[in-house]
Amino acid sequence: MSTRALPFAFGRTPRRVLPGFGLSLGVSLLFISLVLLLPMTGLFGQLAGLSLAEYWAIISDGRVVASYTVTIGAAALAALINAAFGLLLAWVLVRYDFPGKRLLDALMDLPFALPTAVAGITLATLYSSNGWMGRLLEPLGLQVAYTWVGIALAMAFTSIPFVVRTVQPVLEDLPQEVDEAALTLGATDGTAFRRVILPHLWPALVTGTGLAFVRSLGEFGAIIFIAGNMPYETEITALMIFVRLQEYDYAGASAIASVVLFVSLALLLAINIWQGRFARRLHGGRG
Amino acid sequence: MSIRLHNIGKHFGSGRQRTRALEPINLDIQEGELVGLLGPSGSGKTTLLRIIAGLENPDRDGGARILFGDRDVTDVHVRDRRIGFVFQHYALFRHMTVFDNVAFGLTVMPRRNRPTSGEIRARVHRLLEMVQLESLAGRYPAQLSGGQQQRVSLARALALRPDVLLLDEPFGALDAKVRQDLRRWLRHLHDELGFTSLFVTHDQEEALELSDRVAVMSNGRIEQIDTPDDLYRAPGNRFVFEFLGDVNHLEGEVRGGILTCGDARLSVELPDGPEELLLRPHEVRLVEAPSPEARLPATVTAISPVGAEVRVELAADWMAAPWLATVRHADYERLDLRRGQRLYVEPRRWHRFPEGRETRRDAPRASLA
Repeated sequence: MSTRALPFAFGRTPRRVLPGFGLSLGVSLLFISLVLLLPMTGLFGQLAGLSLAEYWAIISDGRVVASYTVTIGAAALAALINAAFGLLLAWVLVRYDFPGKRLLDALMDLPFALPTAVAGITLATLYSSNGWMGRLLEPLGLQVAYTWVGIALAMAFTSIPFVVRTVQPVLEDLPQEVDEAALTLGATDGTAFRRVILPHLWPALVTGTGLAFVRSLGEFGAIIFIAGNMPYETEITALMIFVRLQEYDYAGASAIASVVLFVSLALLLAINIWQGRFARRLHGGRG
Repeated sequence: MSIRLHNIGKHFGSGRQRTRALEPINLDIQEGELVGLLGPSGSGKTTLLRIIAGLENPDRDGGARILFGDRDVTDVHVRDRRIGFVFQHYALFRHMTVFDNVAFGLTVMPRRNRPTSGEIRARVHRLLEMVQLESLAGRYPAQLSGGQQQRVSLARALALRPDVLLLDEPFGALDAKVRQDLRRWLRHLHDELGFTSLFVTHDQEEALELSDRVAVMSNGRIEQIDTPDDLYRAPGNRFVFEFLGDVNHLEGEVRGGILTCGDARLSVELPDGPEELLLRPHEVRLVEAPSPEARLPATVTAISPVGAEVRVELAADWMAAPWLATVRHADYERLDLRRGQRLYVEPRRWHRFPEGRETRRDAPRASLA
């Protein structure tokens, strides 16, 4: 969007209808530099002290690699759970009227507002073997706290608003007439949902799920209490970074952090590119 | 296929907030007929259309029945009613091409009834040809104009060869010129394919021009249903009369065969008492001098000479609201009409709808030479 305006910014076009372009772009860039780019540069500065071999040795350490598997696996599971339930929640919030709807809507944001450590402790107490849920699940052979499942659960808890809040506005924009049209053409409810509604929500759903996934990759506070943190079993990557930091091994911490950063960045970029393509189609090839 | 409606009533909400949208309505539509539902917004016309489509349910308590031909569809789901429905805002599937939009109804059929993909392709192309959009089959709805989108929506509705086509303000969102074209084109299509259609509009000109019969609705009731001609010539009540065109009001007191209102006077053969007369703009004449029967002085406030006739707006102290008169261009030139000119109005004919009369068909229609 902004790239379209760029050619005008540097040429001497005296007439720009919308005022404040130079100022607003300048402030934006400054802000991004200070808040985003500067810390990232710091991170890479730390990496500069490492040789390639050392870097590789750190990030391919057995315990660290195990943490990747745990983190990515749990984050993927959490993202999938969120995709399903986030879609359902958004659907319920948009399409139906019921008492307490406003309250439920407000509750959606709670995982954002709640300190993640609070969420972590709560979940850990709830699912430990003498907690309310743990006591019920344990006899069934389901151990949640201090396992991989617990990690996924904590991740799902902290990232559900991403899906709900990205899908909700798109669903609100979709006129009811569109699914009515599908029904008048003989479609069953399932077909109408699959072929008409879902394709509309698809980009938002993928974005929301992607954001939830990326957020889960870096989650620390909520997970650490419920994970149990057993080496090779339930250690997450964020914990590995934390451990390095406690040992004053800043370069090692930065090396592991850079892996998380690259994975997140690549994923976000991929989603953005794909979504741009989809949007072009909906808006008649005009981008 | 004919449509028969029996006791279709509708309430929205519940408890104290229950409001009536439709009084129990009975309506018969013949096979192959094109009927317009005309009324101001909030008159219940769209609700009635949606009930016929099955997108809304009528009240359960009044013994409501909807029949398509001999088939009772009261409890049939919208997807099984075999209707085509055209929405005001097209409701196209934006992520599908024009072709896929039109083909949608065919591709979602149960597999055993579904035509082969070759047949579907042929049928969709025939439909697109019919709506003159073959060249745009590969486009997305966002790349089309409003009129084109509405044509796609029509082709989509016709793809399943419905017996009944329902259109909800189909031209409401389009500009005047496109609207005119589409109207003519829909009439043509209707005559050619012979389906039964029912369309909703708030535009009286559209309803009168397009329909075989028009049902005028207000406040959840059908006020009158008739051919456009009968409706205009013999309006059943005051609402219909006022809704179907511009109206001038003359309100005054009758004494000894003369109606007085301020300094206006008109001879009428009516009993003494308060009276209100209604006059169409083309039923009044503008003259330079009063006649023995009528002395209605007025001042010209605006003139619009565009079209077959000249529209003249008149004001006077005795008028509650400005009057409108249409005069021929010849008269306009002869009278040398100017703004601010003072002249006299002479009614050629007037109508009255005495209050409290519930008889619809035979409201008195007096005329004065």
